[in-house]
Amino acid sequence: MKQSISSRGFAVALLVLVVASFWTLDLQWAQFLSLDALRSMGRFAGEFFPPDSSPAFLARVALGTWETLAMSTLGTLLAAAAGMLLALPASRMFEGDAARLRLPTRWLLNVLRSVPELVWAALLIIAAGLGPFAGTLALAVHTAGVLGRLFAEAIENAPPGPGAALRAQGVGKTRVFLYATLPQVLPQLLSYTLYRWENNIRAAAVLGVVGAGGLGQLLAFHMGLFHMGKTASILGAMLLLVGAVDALSYGARRMLTR
Amino acid sequence: MAASADLALTNGRARPAPSRDPAWLGRLAWLAVALVLLWPLAVATEFRPWALFDARSLHVSSQFLRSFWPPAHGPDFLLLVAHEAWRTVAIATAGLTLALLLAVPATLVSTHALSVSALSGRMARGPFWLRQAVRWGLIVLRSVPELVWALVFVRVVGLGPTAGVLAIALTYGGMLGKVYGEILESGDPHATETLLRNGSSRLQAFFFGLLPQNAAELTSYTVYRWECAIRSSVVLGFVGAGGLGQLLDGSMKMFSGGEVLTMLAVFVLLVALADRVSGGLRESLG
Amino acid sequence: MKLELRALSARHPAARPGAAPALHPLDLDIADGEQVAVIGASGAGKTSLLHVMALAMKPASGALHLDGQQPWALPRHALQRLRGRLFLAPQVPPLPPRQRVVTAVLAGRLPAMGFWASLRSLFRPSDLPAAHAALECFDLADKLFERTDRLSGGERQRVGLARALLAPARLWLVDEPLSALDPTRSRQALETLVQIARQRGITLVATLHQVDMALAHFPRIVGLREGQLVFDLPTAEVTRERLERLYAQHEDELDGGAPRRSLEPAPAAALSVAMQRC
Repeated sequence: MKQSISSRGFAVALLVLVVASFWTLDLQWAQFLSLDALRSMGRFAGEFFPPDSSPAFLARVALGTWETLAMSTLGTLLAAAAGMLLALPASRMFEGDAARLRLPTRWLLNVLRSVPELVWAALLIIAAGLGPFAGTLALAVHTAGVLGRLFAEAIENAPPGPGAALRAQGVGKTRVFLYATLPQVLPQLLSYTLYRWENNIRAAAVLGVVGAGGLGQLLAFHMGLFHMGKTASILGAMLLLVGAVDALSYGARRMLTR
Repeated sequence: MAASADLALTNGRARPAPSRDPAWLGRLAWLAVALVLLWPLAVATEFRPWALFDARSLHVSSQFLRSFWPPAHGPDFLLLVAHEAWRTVAIATAGLTLALLLAVPATLVSTHALSVSALSGRMARGPFWLRQAVRWGLIVLRSVPELVWALVFVRVVGLGPTAGVLAIALTYGGMLGKVYGEILESGDPHATETLLRNGSSRLQAFFFGLLPQNAAELTSYTVYRWECAIRSSVVLGFVGAGGLGQLLDGSMKMFSGGEVLTMLAVFVLLVALADRVSGGLRESLG
Repeated sequence: MKLELRALSARHPAARPGAAPALHPLDLDIADGEQVAVIGASGAGKTSLLHVMALAMKPASGALHLDGQQPWALPRHALQRLRGRLFLAPQVPPLPPRQRVVTAVLAGRLPAMGFWASLRSLFRPSDLPAAHAALECFDLADKLFERTDRLSGGERQRVGLARALLAPARLWLVDEPLSALDPTRSRQALETLVQIARQRGITLVATLHQVDMALAHFPRIVGLREGQLVFDLPTAEVTRERLERLYAQHEDELDGGAPRRSLEPAPAAALSVAMQRC
């Protein structure tokens, strides 16, 4: 009986949340669904075709694509290194490990990953200036929080046997980690890193909207000027890039688990 | 080495020890490749960490950081932040609800588990291509970053939460559709196949076969995505879709560090709360 | 290394308050360079005894002295140094899968290696000849560069034993070293361990399930039953009746067992005959 009350209560709460959401937002359905709006949307969609394919512009798009790829790759690599360093104090490596820094480090990781990449980019632009450097740092900082927590969980779930044998010989924590824990969790860590790279390529593509370089900056620029043909080309490049990175990452993860 | 000396003595056969580690050259090669690839990446991203510490940059950063304290705590401002935080959650919830309206039918159409023609050998051509088309549609929806959708919708319907809700609805619809399909196809197909073979309609097979089997996993993923949607909705605010993100963007442009700190703190708390709620829900369902 | 246990008892770390202790108070003296086999049925406390000696389990009561020192009263650094002078080979070989045998074996030497030398050795193994020689003693030299998860159970167990040969230890505590080995390999492995321990003057304490192996290779046998020390005798005095009383209600584990006639002091002779292997 208690079970059905709580699940009924849950369903009611959910319904209330959904209804309240639609109610309090003044959503412009009329504006969206009126015939006028649909017609103007059709016209708007039409402006995307044909996409601009002049060689000069395509060269710019290619450069932007390369910049976006570089941002996501370097950002993810930096994040993996930082995440590894942070995961060590953030994990309890064995039963009875005091791990005094665990809670503060976990709290820091939570803050890093709660703030979205775009917000980090907007903040870091103040220190690093406009351009892809701020975007790379923003990706690195946010992803370090994500990977740090994933790495710490992987370390805590690693089988304890090899580490215990080395600790019985009086070997220090760092060397126990390098010789016993890391070899066991490395494939998992690499898999997490590849998965985040897939995610980061999407994030990198749009960081430019706040001025952090890459395709996003190009997109925001041309959209602001209503160059819809050019915007279409940029969108196409984004889709291709995301698809290519997805495929590469999938292939790499398949290779790892061979 | 005394250790190896006495071992070598007791060895009956004296097979010579290998002098080289066969993996050493490979490791050196990988290291060289990595360094060679790293250089163009650093150039392309204008990676200059020392630039963070030059005089001008330090001056600007320290000024901005100093303006963070004290965090803005006037009652009017706090009320505004609370209001916008609720709007952020509302945008996420409304967007996810619409995403469900999009994803559920798409999943029903595209999943192989409900294919009648596949019961007896290969799937017929028509239904197969229909399913592929729907799948490709979902892929396109989720490949376009939601920020781009939001930018487009802001042009069409103007600034405000509508653009954000629509952007989330489309992107998350694609995501949910894909993952729902994977969940449904990963379960044991026996119950559903039996229902279909005995003549029940596809909807019946879904409600009595697929859904009960996978309800926990489906709900768990949906709740997790709701939490992600809240984060997305803050990001979308930066392009004018309302909510906490728009407020944050405004305060950052005016270098009001105190307001930024308060909003960041509220946002981190909001995400933590959503994380706790979603975790609790997933536990009680699983 | 010399061991002294006085009225030492131990509890399992996860035991409920009212449960029986893993080890009832017992006294045991092992001189420097001695070789002792610990036998008993499953659950008799053999592994617990070994873990207490290895400083991996804190005694619940009583005193433990290693080389005259009380290890649990030492400051942390001194305790770690003391740990470096002993070697525990667990029953399940502690080899990370995907790590190569050469690295896993050389890891036994970590207490004697500096920090940066250890790091360098991860990328490029620092002492290939030593690793090769240690594996050769267990007839595994051709597996030097294999991944440990590509080895069979018996090969992994022998790699675990080979680590001991590289450890800078004066005390070897070996838990069930023969569980995955066939009779021929068992004999070879045990002979290697015993011979090298004797050569280097290392104290060797091994728990064994194979009573016949214990009687054939060790000059002193300790019998445990339900956490109590039942007997501590030279091998010659271990009669069939004593063994049967030790394994009462677990007769199936007394596989092979001692020969019907009383035992001659066989160990020394058997070793000298088997010299052609490592």
